[in-house]
Amino acid sequence: MEKEHLNVKNLLMYYRTRKGEVRAVDNVSFFLPRGETVAVIGESGCGKSSLARSIIRLLPRNVSIYKGIVLFNGLNLMELDEESFMKKIRWIKITYVPQAALNSLNPVLRIGDQMIEPMILHQKMQKDDALHKAANALRNIGISKEFIKSYPFELSGGMRQRVIIAMSLLTNPELMILDEPTSSLDVLTQANIMNILKNIKKDLKLSMIFITHDVSLSSELADKVAVMYAGQIVEFNDADIIYHEPRHPYSQKLMESVPTLRTDKKLSFIPGSPPSLLSPPEGCRFAERCPYAHERCSRDPPLVYIDKEFYVKCWLYERG
Amino acid sequence: MSTPLLRTERLKKYFEVKRGFIRRSKGYVRAVDGVSLTLNRGEAISIVGESGCGKTTLGKTILRLYEPIGGKIIFNNKDITYLRWKDLKWYRRETGLIQQDPFGALPSFMTTKGILQEPLIINGVKDKKERMEKIYRSLEQVRLTPIEDFIGKYPHMLSGGQQQRLVIARSIILEPKLIIADEPVSMLDASVRVEILKLLQNLQRDYKLSIIYITHDLSTTRYFSEMIYIMYAGHIVEGASTKEILKSPMHPYTKALLNVIPDPDPSNRLKVREVPAGEPPNLLSPPSGCRFNPRCINIIKGVCDSKEPPMFEVDKDHYVKCWLYDHT
Repeated sequence: MEKEHLNVKNLLMYYRTRKGEVRAVDNVSFFLPRGETVAVIGESGCGKSSLARSIIRLLPRNVSIYKGIVLFNGLNLMELDEESFMKKIRWIKITYVPQAALNSLNPVLRIGDQMIEPMILHQKMQKDDALHKAANALRNIGISKEFIKSYPFELSGGMRQRVIIAMSLLTNPELMILDEPTSSLDVLTQANIMNILKNIKKDLKLSMIFITHDVSLSSELADKVAVMYAGQIVEFNDADIIYHEPRHPYSQKLMESVPTLRTDKKLSFIPGSPPSLLSPPEGCRFAERCPYAHERCSRDPPLVYIDKEFYVKCWLYERG
Repeated sequence: MSTPLLRTERLKKYFEVKRGFIRRSKGYVRAVDGVSLTLNRGEAISIVGESGCGKTTLGKTILRLYEPIGGKIIFNNKDITYLRWKDLKWYRRETGLIQQDPFGALPSFMTTKGILQEPLIINGVKDKKERMEKIYRSLEQVRLTPIEDFIGKYPHMLSGGQQQRLVIARSIILEPKLIIADEPVSMLDASVRVEILKLLQNLQRDYKLSIIYITHDLSTTRYFSEMIYIMYAGHIVEGASTKEILKSPMHPYTKALLNVIPDPDPSNRLKVREVPAGEPPNLLSPPSGCRFNPRCINIIKGVCDSKEPPMFEVDKDHYVKCWLYDHT
């Protein structure tokens, strides 16, 4: 068995708009060992969600380039045709919880009926068995089984999000992709959801990709961290290192802009704004805002590997 | 010491809920239920609470955008609680509101110049040259420079941070004394967030502005305000200096809040955080006694669930609305 559960190599996903080609995911590589979580952090519009959707192949209709290698259990998913991808992978082995999913529950169906539908249709289960399984799934995330007869509007936001998480786990997936799972929830509810995700990770040995704009929150789950900027991963690093010693200048600046509760630190911000993904600059995409920019930065920086597995996409670390 | 700029005394705002064909009253949502606070000149305070705790309603009631139903609002030694709308024009000039969504707060069909000009025209700045001077000055204050690049732009041509700075420019153009900033940065990215907070802080310092910063995010308050008020279910449950609250929180709710907020730290992933069970009460029929009692781990049976606690002063300028601190 492969050591890496998921291994993404040189993934590209561009789509065409009236204004031109948007390079949403531009040559992205990272890996994820079994049972671990990689957090993808970055600001809005940096391509985090596009990356998630490229992995599970939910592409925009106007996609123009989609290539690269996505090895899942050693199998290159990019070589599967749509039919078998749908039947074997998407929402079976890999599940995806999109942003604001808690608002996508069907308002006129009871929670239980929504949960059992895929089991009856795809797994050809009997209704009673499916209901039993749904009740179990709810219990695992701390919702009593009486709620199986409730409608979504009777549940609070945090409970709806938990139902969504329970639903995504019904097919016993191996990899879970979470896109901003708590972005519209209150802090206490958010902590509750994070506790549940931690338990799931531990008990089910699930691998996760956790997408968030919130750096502090990402540290609640992350074993590995990928920092995205303008469609690229600029740093891929171990969680134990990156929060204390980020390497890429963008990661450093991003960490400096995060307010902390317990430690005193001087906050700073990054002047300017990220480049448009329609026509990103030739060289390093952060160069324009980077305090260490020099002439080499006008060429595309290589991935400089440090301690074998982790890399930083920056000329500063290139020796020789 | 000079008198405070703003004082509220047991301020109340209830919303009536009507249902059915004949619009029969179903009771009241007690969004703000007896809030007393003081804001000194040139000071910044924070009001922190979760969604639905009444913090936005409190802000809007202070600005008289909602009609209070009880209590007092005293601004500059004048009781403005029940002034009629036409007598409030001066108060509108002295106050400003910054809301969460900058794009929604800006009219999409107007340019920067038009947006900033409108309040001046309404408030009788007739001289065109004077108006332009003020527009330029406020744009400089919020650092939308070079001004020529921005003055003709429509809101959709600006980035989120720039839009929010334009909103701030509009709110300070009449040189108000009080600004209420309701979640001004929660829709912005991390790197821009700090920029806007610093801008507000500089304005506060340089122009002796008083600011009420309303937020759900405790971690930003320490960089911004001198005092924090924690709000829960329509009540202020704790009020103290920012340092005090962060160092020695007293109310069980404040403690719970502080406990769940993560700092970027890889060891977070190894621990499970303690979260109080349940959810904030429905304000249509809040629990009797302390409103936090159904979720509280330190509940004193027979006291907390029957009598509403008063504000206890536990330390100098540290107030807690909790029976645990009743030492009389």
